[in-house]
Amino acid sequence: MKLSTKHLLGIKNLTTQDIELILSTATQFKEVLQRPVKKVPSLRDITIVNLFYENSTRTRMSFELAEKRLSADTLNFAASSSSAKKGETLLDTVNNILSMKVDMVVMRHSASGAPHFLAKHIPAAIVNAGDGINEHPTQALLDAFSMQEQFGTLKGLRVAIIGDIMHSRVALSNIYLLGKMGAEVMVAGPPTLIPKYITAALGVKVTYNVAEALQWCDVANVLRIQLERQNQPLFSSLREYNLAYGISSQLLDSIGKKITIMHPGPINRGVELDSDVADGSNSIILNQVENGVAVRMAVLYLLANHNNQS
Amino acid sequence: MAVVHRCKAAIFIKIFELVKTLLSQQQIALTIKRLAHQILENHISLTDTVFIGLQPRGIFVSDRLINELQQLVSPQQIVYGKLDITFYRDDVRQHLHAANKTDILFSIENKQVILIDDVLWTGRTIRAALDALLDFGRPAKVELCALIDRRFSREFPIQAEYIGRSIDTFATQKVLVRWAEKDGQDEIVLI
Repeated sequence: MKLSTKHLLGIKNLTTQDIELILSTATQFKEVLQRPVKKVPSLRDITIVNLFYENSTRTRMSFELAEKRLSADTLNFAASSSSAKKGETLLDTVNNILSMKVDMVVMRHSASGAPHFLAKHIPAAIVNAGDGINEHPTQALLDAFSMQEQFGTLKGLRVAIIGDIMHSRVALSNIYLLGKMGAEVMVAGPPTLIPKYITAALGVKVTYNVAEALQWCDVANVLRIQLERQNQPLFSSLREYNLAYGISSQLLDSIGKKITIMHPGPINRGVELDSDVADGSNSIILNQVENGVAVRMAVLYLLANHNNQS
Repeated sequence: MAVVHRCKAAIFIKIFELVKTLLSQQQIALTIKRLAHQILENHISLTDTVFIGLQPRGIFVSDRLINELQQLVSPQQIVYGKLDITFYRDDVRQHLHAANKTDILFSIENKQVILIDDVLWTGRTIRAALDALLDFGRPAKVELCALIDRRFSREFPIQAEYIGRSIDTFATQKVLVRWAEKDGQDEIVLI
């Protein structure tokens, strides 16, 4: 019993068994997090560096907490306050860190494929914490865990992913994962923010009408507009986006059925999601954050063991 | 020559078939009944006593033991949980074991805890269980109940208070505990 991969670079190269193993291990870690002492000694011989070349609140804190709950030693690296500013390359930085006997690297980078590049050149295990517009595997896993917790199974579940699909690594990882686990996916948003051949490439349904997506789905996973990754105007204004594609309680009321609301954060309130929906009774946004720690513990635990056995 | 060969083969088959039944289904039932009585002798009121079965295979013993105790005292008096020790194992880098459900929905603070497992051998599982247990609080006392005690093979200074059957074994031998739910019938064999 172990993962089929040495690194977690994306959902794309995981098997269904890998995903099931991660989710079932996460269930046991979630129980650990309810105990008076929320800590197990499993990774006390492991040192992990959190290498963040891009800003993050949730993912970084969630990983750091997961590492500490597993008794691993942790190092934090933020590009903005490091020698990367002085011109050190990614590979040099990582090799320097690894020479201090670090076993695992958790990395976020604005360039798609950065962790894949690193995986080819260094011996340590790599966990992708988001690379450009490619993948964000632990987010997809925690989304799946939260949906499974809510609905019991992912099989046959209808998930609408609404917003900036084009620039979202969360969308891509979710589409891969939900496809592997037998859920149905529909993406919705402005035509300029949805890749043209997404149906042919990934087998998802497409609509440019948010109401239609809501009508169809059990779960709406709402995404932020990634202005930092858009180098040309793709819609007229945030206000117009909100009017056409934002999710308000009036819109949900007009649909007239219970739809579970998810969001990977950070939320731009009043743009993709109105406050009363984000904080409403059908929102599981904070459960997602809670589950994130357990899911990341499972990933780190399984990878640490995988690498030490081989 | 042929005779010698046949003789060797016969010995080989004899050794190969050396599967000794330690406890039959009926004996297991009687032993668990006795263990239940022994525990009650020491914990007559059960007010401060909690039972914790060890995952994955110890819970087959603990489920039967609790069943037995429920015939003897009122079921409301019995506090029973299950503990998984996977994340506390000392061989975590050698084998990856599947984690099982831990289910302790009560405080063990100042309680008399009775840990229940199927086979006590090296003592390493119990060592890990003690570590895991302390993360739930500070018990007043911890006792151990084991259905089979493979004595003289301990690697830690650990002993059981309640023992179903003590046996002497070689390290190369295996004690197989079969349960009706999983393996067809209750039976303990030595191979």
